[in-house]
Amino acid sequence: MKEPDKLNIDQTHYTTRVSRRWAERKHYTPPEPGKIYSFIPGTVVEVLVREGDSVSAGDDIVILDAMKMKNRLKSHISGKVISINVSPGDRVPKGVMLVEIA
Amino acid sequence: MALEKKIRELKEKREKMLLGGGEEAIEKQKAMGKNTARERIMSILDQGSFSEYDMFVEHDARDFGMDKKHLPSDGVVIGTGTVQGLPVAIFAQDFTVAGGSLGLMHSRKITKIMDHALKMRIPLIGINDSGGARIQEGVNSLAGYGEIFFRNTISSGVIPQISVILGPCAGGAVYSPALTDFVFVVENISKMFITGPEVIKTVLGEEISMEALGGARVHCEVSGNAHFFAMSEEECFSQIKKLVSFIPRNNDVKARVHDPVPPDKKYDIEKIVPGDPTLPYDVKDVIRAVADNSDFFEIQEMYARNIVIGFGRLGGKTVGFVANQPMEMAGVLDVDSSDKAARFIRYCDAFSIPLVTLVDLPGYLPGVDQEHAGVIRHGAKVLYAYSEATVPKLTVILRKAYGGGYIAMSSRHLRADFVFAWPTAEIAVMGPEGAANIIFRKEITTAANPDEVRRQKVEEYKEKFANPYVAASRGYVDSVIEPSETRKLLLHALEVSEDKVVQMPRKKHGIPPF
Repeated sequence: MKEPDKLNIDQTHYTTRVSRRWAERKHYTPPEPGKIYSFIPGTVVEVLVREGDSVSAGDDIVILDAMKMKNRLKSHISGKVISINVSPGDRVPKGVMLVEIA
Repeated sequence: MALEKKIRELKEKREKMLLGGGEEAIEKQKAMGKNTARERIMSILDQGSFSEYDMFVEHDARDFGMDKKHLPSDGVVIGTGTVQGLPVAIFAQDFTVAGGSLGLMHSRKITKIMDHALKMRIPLIGINDSGGARIQEGVNSLAGYGEIFFRNTISSGVIPQISVILGPCAGGAVYSPALTDFVFVVENISKMFITGPEVIKTVLGEEISMEALGGARVHCEVSGNAHFFAMSEEECFSQIKKLVSFIPRNNDVKARVHDPVPPDKKYDIEKIVPGDPTLPYDVKDVIRAVADNSDFFEIQEMYARNIVIGFGRLGGKTVGFVANQPMEMAGVLDVDSSDKAARFIRYCDAFSIPLVTLVDLPGYLPGVDQEHAGVIRHGAKVLYAYSEATVPKLTVILRKAYGGGYIAMSSRHLRADFVFAWPTAEIAVMGPEGAANIIFRKEITTAANPDEVRRQKVEEYKEKFANPYVAASRGYVDSVIEPSETRKLLLHALEVSEDKVVQMPRKKHGIPPF
């Protein structure tokens, strides 16, 4: 038989069933402002920077065509482009790291 | 002879209409395990009680070849009848006629029966089985939906509104059920979503089946949009009848009183709850041990199982039970369970159904995901709903009642009328382990044997505070009772509060943390 689940609330361990939603919850990861992800699936139209370029916070980095919109993905930070993982024409799913700035 | 001929004519006309979209379409409907619109109505209503209106309504669309199309009854059946003697208004979309699509006249039939229900102050039952807007009728069909949503909202809290999803219900159409009180779904038949699998695939590249996206199980388990799950239409119809037996027909009258039947002796109330507050049990057994005939009609059984809600009777009168479920997630309040409970509390309050709250919870669920999902706002809904409710509020604290959870679960402070506590109750700011670690942090960390000291301090705290008597000494608990006295005292409390009156300050409406 499966060991019953335990849930720790205020340092007390309760014997109980835990829900799937709780068991599969996404654990928190701190934001990484230098990494630019596709926030929606789409097609890369243009990459406006090259590796080694210096960019400022607010500069357009990638143009991603999704939901009939040409979305301009901007840099959150100022720094150097250290990697580019896509080229124009690439179809990307949601959550792909496109460009990294440090 | 002219009269006879005219009557014959009427009969022929009726028969044609009763065929809906025709035999072929009906066959298709049946092949999907579905009944026709009129069959569904007949199955819900008392035999012979259905009176149909607007059978001969025709659409007047002219574009896209619609002028040549005849759609019997314009794809929706409306009328009135009775359910176990209780008058109700009902509509059922007819999928065999143009896929049950909603055009202007179709919507006018629905709004006509909705207006009727509100005016006569009788419950409204809506059976949804529709491909969506009738595209050929353009903005008129959007207007139709808007008129329905408006009436759903205005009728909310005045008459009970029941939605039955027996086919597709997609796009804007889903908002009518969402605005009603109870949504019934059936496995493999009900499908509800705003955007279907096709759109999701083309726009987002995510592939998902209709069933996995918006099937009956999904809405009962995951989204919480539906309240009652059935394996067949027949099971669904009997659930509807059972629900109707518990609720009043409008907000001015009380639910019908049934013959009181004592609970089944097999539920021994002294033996259900373990003394150790960390051990689980099924709180539904406690409900069954106090409710008439041990009959508990649960709502949203599969969603946010850490809280249990539903109807039962005490001394023949309908009450709404709200109970923490220690068997699931230790019975905590979290985003989903708060949402579920708060809505039910407001339903009961709107329809004069007294609330019986059974408390056993360690508090609110900790976690980043909960905080980021807005547990503050959702948790506040429970406080709001209980505070605002003016129906009789009866509370029984079975075991743990810690922290914010204690306050939220119909405490004296939110104006519970009766607060009973079992001797096993622990009404405290938090569990002994957590509390001792904070209060005696210094003693524990500086001790030569911290574990031993911690154990001592936890015991000390338990002895002093993990009981109902501190709260009772302040009058926060009216009475510490033996579990076996629970039913008797609840019956008494209900009797005392039969004519309860509460004056609220004048306002248009509050701003609940939606």
